[in-house]
Amino acid sequence: MTIEIKTDSVQPIRHTYSHIARRFGDKPATRYQEASFDIAATTNFHYRPLWDAEHELNDVNLSAVKMKDWYEITDPRQFYYGAYVGNRAKMQEGAETSYGFCEKRGLLKRLDERVQTSILKYLVPFRHMNQAANMNNSSIASEAVGATAAQPHIFQAMDHLGMGQYLSRIALMIDGNTGSALDISKNYWMNDPIWQPLRKLAEDSMVVRDWFELTVLQNLLIDKAIFAFAYEALDDWFAQQGAEDISMLTEFMRDWNKDPLRWVTAVVKTAAAESDSNREAIQSWVDKWEPEIFAALKPLAMQTTGIEALENVHAQLAKTLQKAGLQTKGFPA
Amino acid sequence: MTTTKKLNLKQKYQYLTRDLDWEPSYQKKSDIFPLEEFEGIKITDWSKWEDPFRLTMDAYWKYQAEKEKKLYAIFDAFAQNNGHQNISDARYVNSLKLFLGGVSPLEYAAFQGYAKVGRHFSGAGARVACQMQSIDELRHSQTQQHAMSHYNKHFNGLHDSPYMHDRVWFLSVPKSFFDDARSAGPFEFLTAISFSFEYVLTNLLFVPFMSGAAYNGDMATVTFGFSAQSDEARHMTLGLEIIKFLLEQHEDNVPIVQQWIDKWFWRGFRLLSLVGMMMDYMLPNKVMSWAEAWEMYYEKNGGALFKDLARYGIRPPKYEADANAAKNHISHQIWTTFYQYGHATNFHTWIPTAEEMDWMSEKYPETFDKYYRPRYEHLAKLADQGKRYYNNTLPQLCQVCQVPALFTETDDPTMLSHRQLEHEGERYHFCSDGCCDIFKNEPEKYVQAWLPVHQIYQGNCGGAELPKVLSDYYHINIGEDNFEYVGSPDQKRWFEIKGIKPAKSKDAA
Repeated sequence: MTIEIKTDSVQPIRHTYSHIARRFGDKPATRYQEASFDIAATTNFHYRPLWDAEHELNDVNLSAVKMKDWYEITDPRQFYYGAYVGNRAKMQEGAETSYGFCEKRGLLKRLDERVQTSILKYLVPFRHMNQAANMNNSSIASEAVGATAAQPHIFQAMDHLGMGQYLSRIALMIDGNTGSALDISKNYWMNDPIWQPLRKLAEDSMVVRDWFELTVLQNLLIDKAIFAFAYEALDDWFAQQGAEDISMLTEFMRDWNKDPLRWVTAVVKTAAAESDSNREAIQSWVDKWEPEIFAALKPLAMQTTGIEALENVHAQLAKTLQKAGLQTKGFPA
Repeated sequence: MTTTKKLNLKQKYQYLTRDLDWEPSYQKKSDIFPLEEFEGIKITDWSKWEDPFRLTMDAYWKYQAEKEKKLYAIFDAFAQNNGHQNISDARYVNSLKLFLGGVSPLEYAAFQGYAKVGRHFSGAGARVACQMQSIDELRHSQTQQHAMSHYNKHFNGLHDSPYMHDRVWFLSVPKSFFDDARSAGPFEFLTAISFSFEYVLTNLLFVPFMSGAAYNGDMATVTFGFSAQSDEARHMTLGLEIIKFLLEQHEDNVPIVQQWIDKWFWRGFRLLSLVGMMMDYMLPNKVMSWAEAWEMYYEKNGGALFKDLARYGIRPPKYEADANAAKNHISHQIWTTFYQYGHATNFHTWIPTAEEMDWMSEKYPETFDKYYRPRYEHLAKLADQGKRYYNNTLPQLCQVCQVPALFTETDDPTMLSHRQLEHEGERYHFCSDGCCDIFKNEPEKYVQAWLPVHQIYQGNCGGAELPKVLSDYYHINIGEDNFEYVGSPDQKRWFEIKGIKPAKSKDAA
């Protein structure tokens, strides 16, 4: 038996905003739709930016990729702000439990110094790659036209800041909250030859001007390769070194990595499917950056997982590219 | 591992934010951060930046998610129980039309603006603070769409706000305000928005709308307001930190910052004239008068703030005395402007009730009966004769703030404070000395303005006839969204709602 409370239903004059009705019809809309579609300014901008005389505010010409309608690009996760923070709040709760457990049981402090050094040398410096990703995505969020394309990039920026903070906390757990392990780790990032190609890649990404090239480079190519390497291949390697407990502390990153795969692929796929010129532009960026990323990961792989691990990483990336309608250059020998 | 001293909270937060950063060596720093120098601001040491708040991402996700959960539970309950029927009077909804068309699009523009500065400062601490504000502003933009969603279903004029924001004549007042800030450099953006707007003037924008909602039975809007309060507190501390940081970094920054404070105080004050009208006229249940709000939040609080900043060599904003004197006039001047152009707005206007006018006589003892009550007596007479007054000649707009040039001389409320000047062979008009000075400092910027009245006359707004402009270009539904409140569909629906009370009892039985 069901119980139904009778409510007084009132006849509305319309079911949603006009800009939503023009896209989806005059019927009740989802929260994602009302929050995300056509809320950005599109025309009649009053002044040209002092910092870019060539463009207007919210200018569609900031990228070589062109869309007749930028709102064709949507987020399959349907993340508007509330859905986003709700999802991440649950994820951080899981991470908090793991960090609390490791801290309480002293699982990292107990590791021998050689293994601790490996963590600081091979894992923790990835927090600086998070920093670059944070900056790059903040930039894209400010330049992408159309809120459905812009908003996942600010979410992505904040996610990377959060993951950079989780990696930092691994070091703080090792040094007992003094910061000394973070200093050691950062010294590897700045000065150890194995990190220099990645650091150069990060700095090079920060001067990429076309925001769509930047999202392809950062969110598709760099992230896909790095997450598969650092949180799968390297994770296995750490387990062999007797540091399997570190795995608990990178669970967030593995879970997280499944999530943007959906929207990043959707973004790139939709844009590539729009026109040949889009597909060619995107493919040219893949051709340009893909080999550099694998070259940059090489020294790190050689000292840890072995170079074969990168082939596996590459196979995963190739599959993602294929889903987005793009070609891989193949694994650089 | 070597053990040294444990980090305190401040140091730990810096390790979790700034220490992620590094000095680049493969690219030039000036190529990574190309926007930091052209404004003339000198930053000698970013490490002197004091974090205005210390939130790591895990804490941010957690606290914000808790707020969102509560907020959306209330939105749902509000819609399910038809909370729009519990407001004081349907006239109140016109303030929401102004809010959704004028303010909510600025939240989205702020999201974009802060994402930009959140990338472009070379100080990582400042970047993180700006990025968190950016995502907060996205939140405000979206929760406002959701808060108003139910009202849009039951009242007119809320249905196409972002579209109208780009086009409708009076909405170029807020639009050009934020375009001005976003087209400026990163330090001016922060001085304009974080300091002048979010810190100095926020209580005169945010509080009137949210308290207005509280006084008028609008649970959806006031719940948003309560939920955004702790976001706003963070935004205010960022505003204060940026100004102190800039002033302490280099003495050469002082005159630049002073000029920005002068400019953005005046632009902010002009934008707020719309809020003044809303407070005094659109709220059936009054919160406080605009004059009282200005005295408390600007003259008193702002006065204390600028006294505090005097040690840096900063004086109160130029033309502050004119703004203080104008508090007794602007809401009345703006309302009668909108009254006569009520055929070209997405909200209604009306003649205040006798009780409301008595309230205004009390709140504006020096000015209301002398200058403004006779207007309403005259307009009421015309309306009674079936000649409700609409002005069919479009107004002169100010080149800077884009408000019609309706403001008066400080020492003579019967004389318009019109100013004009010639620049490169063209003539430009202004509402005041404040706006005229802003133009003189950056004429190359303000000559670009997309002035709605001029654009109509240039034929760029969909037609030569005003009704075509209104319906085709503005998407104002003629006879529904615009004109006088009395006799409007909103008023009819409201009377129906009140008429069918108490609710039909056959289902409940």
